[in-house]
Amino acid sequence: MSEKRATREAFGATLIELAGEGLDVVAVDADLSGSTTTAKFGAAYPERFFNVGIAEQNMIGTAAGLAVGGKIPFTGSFAVFATGRAYDQVRNTVCYSGLNVKLAPTHSGITVGPDGGSHQMLEDIALMRVLPGMRVLVPADFTAAKAAIRLAAITPGPFYIRLGRASVPVIYGDDYVFELGRATVLREGVHVTLAACGVMVEQALAAAAELELEGIHAEVLDVSTIKPLDVETIAASARKTGAVVACEEHSIYGGLGSAVAEALGENAPVPFARVGVRDVFGTSGEPAELMAHFGLTGADIAATARDLLIRRR
Amino acid sequence: MTEGPSAVAEIGARAARMRYDIIEMIAEAGSGHPGGSLSAAEIVASLYFGIMKHDPARPDWPERDRFVLSKGHAAPVLYAALAEAGYLGRDHLKTLRKLGSILQGHPDMKKTPGVEVSTGSLGQGLAIANGMALALRLDGNPARVFCLLGDGELQEGEVWEAAMFAPHHGLDHVTAIVDHNGLQIDGACTDVMCLGKVAEKFDAFGWEVREADGHDVADILDAVSAPPTTAGVPVCVVCYTVKGRGVSFMEGDAGWHGKAPDAEQTTAALGELAAAMEAAGAMPHAPHAGAGDASPAEGSAS
Repeated sequence: MSEKRATREAFGATLIELAGEGLDVVAVDADLSGSTTTAKFGAAYPERFFNVGIAEQNMIGTAAGLAVGGKIPFTGSFAVFATGRAYDQVRNTVCYSGLNVKLAPTHSGITVGPDGGSHQMLEDIALMRVLPGMRVLVPADFTAAKAAIRLAAITPGPFYIRLGRASVPVIYGDDYVFELGRATVLREGVHVTLAACGVMVEQALAAAAELELEGIHAEVLDVSTIKPLDVETIAASARKTGAVVACEEHSIYGGLGSAVAEALGENAPVPFARVGVRDVFGTSGEPAELMAHFGLTGADIAATARDLLIRRR
Repeated sequence: MTEGPSAVAEIGARAARMRYDIIEMIAEAGSGHPGGSLSAAEIVASLYFGIMKHDPARPDWPERDRFVLSKGHAAPVLYAALAEAGYLGRDHLKTLRKLGSILQGHPDMKKTPGVEVSTGSLGQGLAIANGMALALRLDGNPARVFCLLGDGELQEGEVWEAAMFAPHHGLDHVTAIVDHNGLQIDGACTDVMCLGKVAEKFDAFGWEVREADGHDVADILDAVSAPPTTAGVPVCVVCYTVKGRGVSFMEGDAGWHGKAPDAEQTTAALGELAAAMEAAGAMPHAPHAGAGDASPAEGSAS
């Protein structure tokens, strides 16, 4: 078993590295700095850390002002509050002016676990993806999360980086470079494409291993950038395999599945299916239980792929 | 600081000219927000021509004081001030709200020289001003940040999140100014959603609160210019104003919050405002001048 770490652990640690390298990064959090790990950055650079209290709208607004003043602000809080509660601030203040604000909230998706549906954000990719100028990154592991934060810090303009609470296997080595708008082919195959993001990359790899035993060679893509989407890689894979399953720990509406469907529809129409949360809210439970409950495991992806291949015949 | 009588008179004259511009540009646009633009004319004129350090020839001068118009719908008063100061040519004013104009319906920092921050969605300006102030402090930059809020806008929760933040972080280089005209779109603030005691509210949030007649330039200069009494305690100036001030049929009427006058009303309004300009000793407008060929604004320290 490989090492497991939560993507949120990359947040404070990477900000410390960036500040140490001389980047003008600052962090603004909303009373969740322990959970998001920005508190570690605050301990290392107290003059560069600002706690707004339980006030997410103010968190985004203050970060916007810091960006206007030439800083590189990263904001914390949980995905549900940072995107939903402060949506108008993200739209009208950050994105409308293309401000250099980096949203990197943690606790996205159902792997939040016992806190339940009120805290399990399943619509954030959809909300962020439709904002003009917003780049949407969903790192699959700790290494990718560090690279995503680094990329956002040195690339001007607004970013949304979706981080998680639960520990997931470390897939990438230290030589990994997060390339904006580039999907990674993690496993080559010829029969079906599994396009996944975030914690679902681990599940897609498990599905591919399961399918392999049946003689189905699945290609696995880590679509770490939802916007701008790597249409070229996704369409090329679809043309090769002739079937695509999109896998995300997010609503089936508006997220990776929608983005991939749009790209396929315009570029490489092939039979297509989505694995995601099917238009319901989350619920309390342990992350692994919830993955099974909502049909997001590798076995669920494999079953969806089999159905899709039958449908294609 | 206290300005001499001549400076006060000059600012008053500029405010009178700005009122004329406000009505002229809104009439030309066929839509816009005259009421809250007119109520803020002396406040904005005092900031740009008596209080703020700034240089229209260098809109990005690092040490300039910053202005955030949180009540973004009052964009015409800001545009009038920017034209008066020389940030933009006066010929732009007649393009307000039209396709391709640098003067959007609400302030847009990416389109208009001199606009520091895009606003329009109410309640957000003070948080942005606080963030700008934090950045200035990190850079050791002594510039100040002035944020003008509407009173109806105070109904937005984010204002109070930001009002908590500034004193907590000792942002005494932020000054909040409330244009307290008592009216909002649907009617009187007291009827729509009573604001309670605005000055006392900011006091309770930890601000040094001052009150001023928002149409008395000397009063505004005194209240806004003087530095905070206590280090680390930001100042909030509550300016009592009349919505639609300067146009008799607009004054105190919420119906003029967001509608343009028709041709007949425009003629009547401009007649009144021209008379007020003359009474204030305001010279007619100089020929159109653009940014870059204007002399520096006569701010208190530029």
